[in-house]
Amino acid sequence: METKIGSIDEILELLPTLPDKLTGIQETLLANLIMLSEIPSPTFEEEARVKLLLQRMLESELDKISTDEAGNGVGIIPGKDPSRNILLVAHADSVYSEKVDHAISVLAEEIVGPGVADNSLGMAVLATLPNILKMLGIQLNANLVLLSSTKGLGRGNLDGLRFFMDNNKIPFEAGICIEGEKLGRLSYTAEGMFRGYITCRIPEELDWQRAGQNSAIIALNEVINRILEIPIPKRPRTSIVLGAIRGGKSYNVMATHSSLRFEVRSQDAGMVQTIRERIEDIIADASSPNNAEFDFQIVSSREPGGIDISHPLVKNCRLVMEKLGVQPTIRPSMSEVSELIARGLPAVTLGITEASNLHDLNETIRIKPIYTGLAQLLAMLLAIDGGFCNEPE
Amino acid sequence: MSLNDWIKNNTMHHSQFWDLKKLVEEKEKQNLKISLCLPTLNEEKTIGKEIVMFKSELMDRYPLLDEIAVIDSGSTDATREISANFGADVHLSSDILPQYGEKKGKGENLWKAVYELNGDVIVYVDADIKNIHPRFVYGLVAPLIYRPEVHYVKAFYDRPLAFSQGVRPSGGGRVTEILTRPLFSLFFPELTGLVQPLSGEYAVRREVLESIPFPIGYGVETSHLIDVYEKWGMEAIAQVDLDQRVHRNQETRDLGKMAFGILRAFLFRAEELGVIGELPELSTVLKQFQAHDEEFEQVSHTIVEEERPPMIELPEYREKFGIK
Repeated sequence: METKIGSIDEILELLPTLPDKLTGIQETLLANLIMLSEIPSPTFEEEARVKLLLQRMLESELDKISTDEAGNGVGIIPGKDPSRNILLVAHADSVYSEKVDHAISVLAEEIVGPGVADNSLGMAVLATLPNILKMLGIQLNANLVLLSSTKGLGRGNLDGLRFFMDNNKIPFEAGICIEGEKLGRLSYTAEGMFRGYITCRIPEELDWQRAGQNSAIIALNEVINRILEIPIPKRPRTSIVLGAIRGGKSYNVMATHSSLRFEVRSQDAGMVQTIRERIEDIIADASSPNNAEFDFQIVSSREPGGIDISHPLVKNCRLVMEKLGVQPTIRPSMSEVSELIARGLPAVTLGITEASNLHDLNETIRIKPIYTGLAQLLAMLLAIDGGFCNEPE
Repeated sequence: MSLNDWIKNNTMHHSQFWDLKKLVEEKEKQNLKISLCLPTLNEEKTIGKEIVMFKSELMDRYPLLDEIAVIDSGSTDATREISANFGADVHLSSDILPQYGEKKGKGENLWKAVYELNGDVIVYVDADIKNIHPRFVYGLVAPLIYRPEVHYVKAFYDRPLAFSQGVRPSGGGRVTEILTRPLFSLFFPELTGLVQPLSGEYAVRREVLESIPFPIGYGVETSHLIDVYEKWGMEAIAQVDLDQRVHRNQETRDLGKMAFGILRAFLFRAEELGVIGELPELSTVLKQFQAHDEEFEQVSHTIVEEERPPMIELPEYREKFGIK
């Protein structure tokens, strides 16, 4: 393919035939997907999966293949102009424990298994991109930095990507975050957010006189009721999500321990801070009457921000999707892209295919749309490389 | 060579052959063609993954395999469709050498593969493996590439990731331990050096496959081992540890049917070789029990362990491969 491209229109013209051409990479992509998927990679334990990715990068003869102190895996596809760099990120961690059976099934039209969508497919795209570019005869002007970031989900708090961005010396023009699901996903803004973890402990004494009152579940329940009383404005859009609650041991044993995981998000950073302070007050107030000991931790947080919908990077994403017949689903993100845009780097998150049963053991992706997802990604790389996604000076 | 020496010299681990670039170079130097045969019957859940993995890693990335062929016994699920989607050559067993009729059994597919496939080496891999990995092929092919005296390479598995004591029990499956190993111990003691004589994964040179008969059913592996041992000796056989293999576990009653077929094939082979005297006519009926409430009912299974002749005896084969 001729890679000297003069305008975004030329890229759009290439698009209709690109998905078909990309089917030529099917076995390589799916083999990478299977092998990466079948290595458990819970947050903080991504080492083995990253190691396989690096092995693939080595076989593809990428430059500067390395891991850093945070365990991130990096390799560079060199461009013609060494002063320019584009960042491509896929997170390496998954929500599944290593005890889960990670075997993948490859069916006629679907692939099924834990984490195939989130985010083994994203990582497999990183692993296969050198083969894709080679197959299509594309050499970009900019270096393409392929990063598989660690410690992203939950308590990971994007620590891997944060470490990389804090310590790498490469100036990037733009970034694309790849997620397996879903085709049409377009994120270029982040909401303010924090994830909280409240634990409650009560003394381990059996007191039949106070049965029904002396319970960590009841104490936590009172805290939850008070959290729910916090006024939540519609504008700026704000929400509190109670995600998980745990407590107690059995039917007939008083619960001495309970915990709550929740997330607060808002378009306004001030509102996030206000809610956080309210919850701290509730916790302080709840301890004494219940004879309970509460602990409140922030395990993860993000600043709100983003680029504008009129930014050429976003506009071109929408043009590319439209040309491929993909309906854009615009939504704010809490994932890698939020960290990139918080640092002033124009970035988007793109999804690769259609998925279902997300985060279940039978997580499923559809094979055919993958080629449209890849075509979209290639088009955006060419658009960034051609300088068509820069804001006017 | 003593059995202990054979075990030491001819038992390998797949990790010895990790350098696929070197392996492919050596294969090309010898101008060898290698074919992979996947015999199937309703394997839609696992066949796609196997083909994707082998095609990507051992054809596109490292050209170790020259063809990947599915020989199907007439699956009623999507096995053939999936196999073709992912780039395998798909053959219906009944379409190969139709003039010789269609017989039911995995051995039939393996025999027909010798005619249909073109490699100097054929690797057979079962289609029901959940933890498929390229080692299932390169681990078996490598000894044939590196050691000209080796003609037949058998897989074995069972390497626990952790084991607390210095010595661990190791061996084959249930049928191996309660049938095949006792039989080998009695009549072919050298063959007891094989850890898993019944494993469905093996790589064999064409000159061996074309010159031995193929029982069409469960006895094919046992029969092959005896024939290779008798014709070429133990030095022509090697075995490779492929670590763990995850597959569907079979019901004990199904293992009974398997044991019946193996026993028939074994006895015929032993009789033919003069290892045992003349046999009376053997029954083809296996009787098992099933219980309805308090009533026990006998169930009969007819298991015919027919045999296909050595492929080299077929004029069609001789013509296709230019054998005069």
